[in-house]
Amino acid sequence: MSQSYNRGLIEDFSRWREFQAGMWAWIFHKFTGWVLIGYLFTHIAVLSTAIPAADGATMMFQGSETDVFTGTIVSLEGLLLVRILEVGLLAVAVFHMLNGTRLLLVDLGVGLEAQDKSFYASLILTGAITVASVPTFIAGAF
Amino acid sequence: MSTQTPTQTEESNETDAEAEVPSKGDERREEKRRRAAEERSRRQAEEAEKAAADEETVELKVFRYDPEVEGKQEPRFDTFHVPFTKGMTVLDALMYSRDTYDSSLTFRHSCRQAVCGSDAMFVNGGQKLACKTQISELEQPIRVEPLPHAEVRKDLVVDLEHFYDQMEAVEPYFQTNEYPDGELEEQRQTRENREKVKMSTRCIWCSACMSSCNIAAGDNEYLGPAAINKAYRFAMDEREGEDIKQKRLEIIEQEHGVWRCQTQFSCTEVCPKDIPLTEHIQELKREAVKNNLKFW
Repeated sequence: MSQSYNRGLIEDFSRWREFQAGMWAWIFHKFTGWVLIGYLFTHIAVLSTAIPAADGATMMFQGSETDVFTGTIVSLEGLLLVRILEVGLLAVAVFHMLNGTRLLLVDLGVGLEAQDKSFYASLILTGAITVASVPTFIAGAF
Repeated sequence: MSTQTPTQTEESNETDAEAEVPSKGDERREEKRRRAAEERSRRQAEEAEKAAADEETVELKVFRYDPEVEGKQEPRFDTFHVPFTKGMTVLDALMYSRDTYDSSLTFRHSCRQAVCGSDAMFVNGGQKLACKTQISELEQPIRVEPLPHAEVRKDLVVDLEHFYDQMEAVEPYFQTNEYPDGELEEQRQTRENREKVKMSTRCIWCSACMSSCNIAAGDNEYLGPAAINKAYRFAMDEREGEDIKQKRLEIIEQEHGVWRCQTQFSCTEVCPKDIPLTEHIQELKREAVKNNLKFW
């Protein structure tokens, strides 16, 4: 199946307009999966500051001395970018969970005729949950 | 099928025989070709005019490529204006274009009623059976291209050798070693079992699913939806018996068998026969798991 000719824009990314629900679900699932793996590493990095904190390591934070773990968390939460990224992280995690459930049903052979509807449902639900989470994550950030 | 003009081979033979001097026949043919080209461009211009005046014409943009003719080796799109008639399919429009404007336009077709599976094409960005696709349902201009992820031989004709190899690989024919007692006894299938394999028997080997599959495009060894569907048709047939079913499962549960499927549902979307391909692949995955599960 070698491609010895060039069909211009047909074989490239402009194809996305022709994608169907199942293909979008697959792309989003891959994307959110990689984002979650990336998050896992930063998560471990932040949590690992608890190790020196347990031994009594401290840092200067806003003029007073706090332990390293609390200082790191509080200073991260103080960044507007981190607050916004947290909303994104929730959206990514929720979609991955809902679509994962959808894929589980697909693997069990349940409701394959409605696979596009369940994808749209998981998208809408993700949107709703993300919007609902905004007040909690962004409160006091601006 | 071949619409390659025979003049080319004749021409080369003759120039070999009687070097430079152009024969009467050559001149005549040259003249004929010139006039045909004139006629063609005149008709095309006429048709384009008609298109401007009258709304009942269809604009077709057709992929053209011919590696054997210099000047056609660079892929391009040709535009054809075809008078629209009620119930016209993409295949009808292509045949009209070939018969009226350019006899070198090449595409496969045979039965024209969605049975032979020869004319799967990429129409407006989707794998469609040209004879089953109504023009009235398409946005214009209609882009007709050869199937993606297969090598183009000429115009809309792609090389399906690989597809057929994958189909062969699952042994797409009935096999059994469980025969009924009487010599003249029939091999009966229950109604329920027939119902189970019903949809999978409808495959017409058009290769639309294989072309739409993202995984098959990247993994040459992947059996592809059509072949797995064929395997399903026989693996689920109770008349084949346990031994043969075991053999079939061993084929489909290989590394590049059912497990490559990532349930993108592209094949199910494009299948002109509405075969629930993904469902069949998923069921074979479960069969494969059940086959290998051991609790002791």
